[in-house]
Amino acid sequence: MSQSNRIDGGQIDRNQTLKFSWNEKWLTGHAGDTLASALLANGVKLVGRSFKYHRPRGIFSAGSEEPNAMVQLRKGAAQEPNTKATTAELFDGLYATSQNHRGSLEWDLMACNDLLSPFLSAGFYYKTFMWPKSFWEKVYEPFIRASAGLGKLSMQADPDRYDHGFLHCDILIIGAGPAGLSAALAAGRAGARVIFADEDFRMGGRLNSETYEVADQPGADWAAAAVAELSAMPNVRLMARTTVYGAYDHGIYGALERKTDHLADSGGRPRQVLWRVYSQRAILTAGATERSIAFGNNDRPGVMFAGAVRSYVNRFGVAPGRRVAVFTNNDDGLRTADDLRAKGIEVTRVIDARQGDVVVDTQGRKGIHKVILNNGNHVEVDCLAVSGGWSPNVQLTCHHRGRPTWAADIAGFVPGGELPPGMTVAGAANGVITLSAAISEAHTAAATIASELGYSGKSGDAAKASDEAADIKPYWHVTESKKRAWIDLQNDVTSKDVKQSHQEGYRSVEHLKRYTTLGMATDQGKTANILGLAVMAEAGGKSIPDTGTTIFRPPYNPVAIGAFAGRARGKDFRPFRLTPSHNWAKQHGADFVEVGMWLRAQWFKRPGEKGWRDSVDREVEMTRGSVGICDVTTLGKIDIQGRDAAEFLNRIYANAFLKLPVGKVRYGLMLREDGVCYDDGTTARLAENHFAMTTTTANAVAVFRNMEFARQCLWPDLDVHLISTTDAWAQFAVAGPNSRALLSKVVDDLDLSNEGFPFMACAECTVFGGTPARLFRISFSGELAFEIAVPARFGDAMIRALMATGEEFNAVPYGTEALGVMRIEKGHAAGNELTGQTSAQMLGLGGMVSKKKDAIGSKLAERAEMNRDDDLRLVGFQPVDKSVLLTAGAHFLTPGDPEDMAHDQGWMTSVAYSPELGHSVGLGFLKRGKDRIGEVVRAYSPVRNQDVMVKVCSAHHIDPEGGRQRG
Amino acid sequence: MIINHPLLGPRDSAEFVYKGDATLIDRPDGMADGVEDAFHDYAYMRDNPAGEHRELWYHEQGDRSWLVVTRDTLTHDISKVELARDVARAMGRSR
Repeated sequence: MSQSNRIDGGQIDRNQTLKFSWNEKWLTGHAGDTLASALLANGVKLVGRSFKYHRPRGIFSAGSEEPNAMVQLRKGAAQEPNTKATTAELFDGLYATSQNHRGSLEWDLMACNDLLSPFLSAGFYYKTFMWPKSFWEKVYEPFIRASAGLGKLSMQADPDRYDHGFLHCDILIIGAGPAGLSAALAAGRAGARVIFADEDFRMGGRLNSETYEVADQPGADWAAAAVAELSAMPNVRLMARTTVYGAYDHGIYGALERKTDHLADSGGRPRQVLWRVYSQRAILTAGATERSIAFGNNDRPGVMFAGAVRSYVNRFGVAPGRRVAVFTNNDDGLRTADDLRAKGIEVTRVIDARQGDVVVDTQGRKGIHKVILNNGNHVEVDCLAVSGGWSPNVQLTCHHRGRPTWAADIAGFVPGGELPPGMTVAGAANGVITLSAAISEAHTAAATIASELGYSGKSGDAAKASDEAADIKPYWHVTESKKRAWIDLQNDVTSKDVKQSHQEGYRSVEHLKRYTTLGMATDQGKTANILGLAVMAEAGGKSIPDTGTTIFRPPYNPVAIGAFAGRARGKDFRPFRLTPSHNWAKQHGADFVEVGMWLRAQWFKRPGEKGWRDSVDREVEMTRGSVGICDVTTLGKIDIQGRDAAEFLNRIYANAFLKLPVGKVRYGLMLREDGVCYDDGTTARLAENHFAMTTTTANAVAVFRNMEFARQCLWPDLDVHLISTTDAWAQFAVAGPNSRALLSKVVDDLDLSNEGFPFMACAECTVFGGTPARLFRISFSGELAFEIAVPARFGDAMIRALMATGEEFNAVPYGTEALGVMRIEKGHAAGNELTGQTSAQMLGLGGMVSKKKDAIGSKLAERAEMNRDDDLRLVGFQPVDKSVLLTAGAHFLTPGDPEDMAHDQGWMTSVAYSPELGHSVGLGFLKRGKDRIGEVVRAYSPVRNQDVMVKVCSAHHIDPEGGRQRG
Repeated sequence: MIINHPLLGPRDSAEFVYKGDATLIDRPDGMADGVEDAFHDYAYMRDNPAGEHRELWYHEQGDRSWLVVTRDTLTHDISKVELARDVARAMGRSR
């Protein structure tokens, strides 16, 4: 079976023979073949099984509208299911298998579904699987899931690379058929910057498949010459293998370029590139798609579009059959017969519906061998070419909700309503389906647009061609057929399903689509929609335009999720931000945790430590015992300057900032305009008109954005300027009783005594003999503590120098976990407490919200509901049984009360094991919490299966008087 | 979408962050008497027109300008783009 159906002619390179594997059998084809044409050349007709009934199916089309011939391409991790054989370009070593069968393709065990077809009609899901109810989860759903879908995923990570790109042009021309080529020549010659895209690997569209002449030469030769002329134009970018899949706002189009799909090995280049194309104008010359006629058993392998038969014969040099009958309602079918005869292929019968001859049934289980006519005649065939006319490819015209209108002359829908702004449609896509008319319409459109855009080059004349005969009589569906007649081959929807759906009340086209699944899946009903509509119109006794039409959303053809993801996958999903001490931390055993986009050291494991708790307990003990160092660079930093900087801050923070002295730091609480707590941090006044703010790590970006909003939109004339300096400074917390002693050896010429540099002091200074720095005496841990900042470029040197200097104090680096333990011990609120539902009152900070000024949120924070005395208050908790480890998320209940929301008393927000106290401690919101110190309540967590008694205490588990941090 | 930035020219909307109704510029004076209802409306009440809408966009991946963009919510047609600071001043906002 060596290319037994290969015939003369075509645009393939016979000097290049390519080997490929089909269902584990080696076959050959030529460069220029698709997998489909190569299979046909080798006499392979049966290529897959249908979706629902597992009917044998063959190749139906020669393009991306293919509903049947879907295969699994490549193997291993690169295996791709549902690849259309009609668009897969052949390469040496291509490996493909058929899909959707159990057992072999020839003997599919699931073919029994075909016998069950009376039970699997439209809506069978909703009817058949209703009872018994208990069967749904255990029987029906697993069965349906196992049967559903076509191809199989490899279940491995996609090994290929995908990329994204951006392109700009004056005119985007979509589709490189005769109209597209004509438009591109006119626009290109005029001088416009043109992007010219076509999904095929060979530009020319139908010219490659027909025997038309253009400019007194064969159409395919003219197309090749036009492509050559365009390739030489520096202002034209030709993009073959590129599908423009969506029309978006403001002239932006989405396009998928298949870069290396046609190669055995990508050589490390991206497989596909998703382009965002910015255009001034677009010309849609997407052509038209042929449609079928519904008759009994019209789905057998060997039944094929008449246009596809011409493609295989003329473009690929392949005979899809040796005895071909043609069934048509238009002149296209007759042209097929002529083309076949010209190649010496026997045409056994031309069945023209316009003359009353129709096909009522076919025979041949795995390949058609007989056609039965309405007059009772039987015709022996091995291929039946069917043409029901052509449907303009209006998909992209609908992407802004434009609704196509019916054109009776071609019996099809043409672009109607409002097109996406900037789009012009020409040629067959516009309903102008004959050759000369299409070429000249596209030429005029492109020349006009180029001139409107200011290009004055000569577009020349449209290429000369003649118009072919294109008479058509609408004929959709052979009513005298007794057998099932397929409308949608991909979804196994028959004319009976459409009628039944109408009978059962699904009379809008959108309902029909959803009830029967007509027009769904990878082909999006390109060959089926009009047929379904016609049968439905017939059932309702209405015309097609009165019945309606579905419109289209992107994408025009399926786009792999990998292409949308591009490089943003796995670890590259978002960029990582590394702290200045990252390399040092990595060298010292840090485990890292993602905090926003940052990677922060979570703890530093030392030899002998068995679990994270060992490391964290040690870090806390060593910090509280002597001195610990933590990288706090990730906190947001905003530099604020200007004559009105203090006034501005006074309006941003709920608490007073106007009178903050130079050289001092203050804790600041930010509210949202609705009065809920938003963010907190410290702000230092470095000079009269210069402040340095910190925000939480998570809100750094949003706080800056909101401050810009306030600055530009609310108080546009305040003299204040903001800049984010989060990345500019490396900042380290140095905490513990020996922090002052350590920093005294680091900081140059600054009196760090409690008198010289008291709690909440700040200063600009230098370290290690001249490196610029900022020093803040602030404490999150509750210990005597400082934060020291140096320009980020000194961050790595700084951590190394701090640790080396700290050696004599047994200084320890600590991570975010120890930081969390110490802040819970100290009773500081953090993300667990600032949930977006927290009022200042709840945090015990109600007194901070100044009523003497107009700050963001201060007015609505006055609302009574947010200031109730019996509301939740942040307090501390200790387990009555000290051996118990508390659970965050537990709800508080008064002992004896039932466990329901009516008796809910609040919840535990944060818990930690306190090495200093030797037991677990918690923070949480408790109703009237401040009045209930000493009370014992239940901490009940059905989710974590914990039910323990806890004692209410101050949130400040450690050093409630604050003596340590002030010392 | 493409937003024609008054200072920087046409920029892709992906560079911007959307905030919403431009009436957010019109913040009541918190020091005036009886403004509770006005603040309630300011914080919670928005029109959601099918058609022309003035809205705030922030050029976060750009020059950090807040813009007032007049956009048709049905067609995404953008008819006007202004610096929000200019709009705020024109509304009488100052210090």
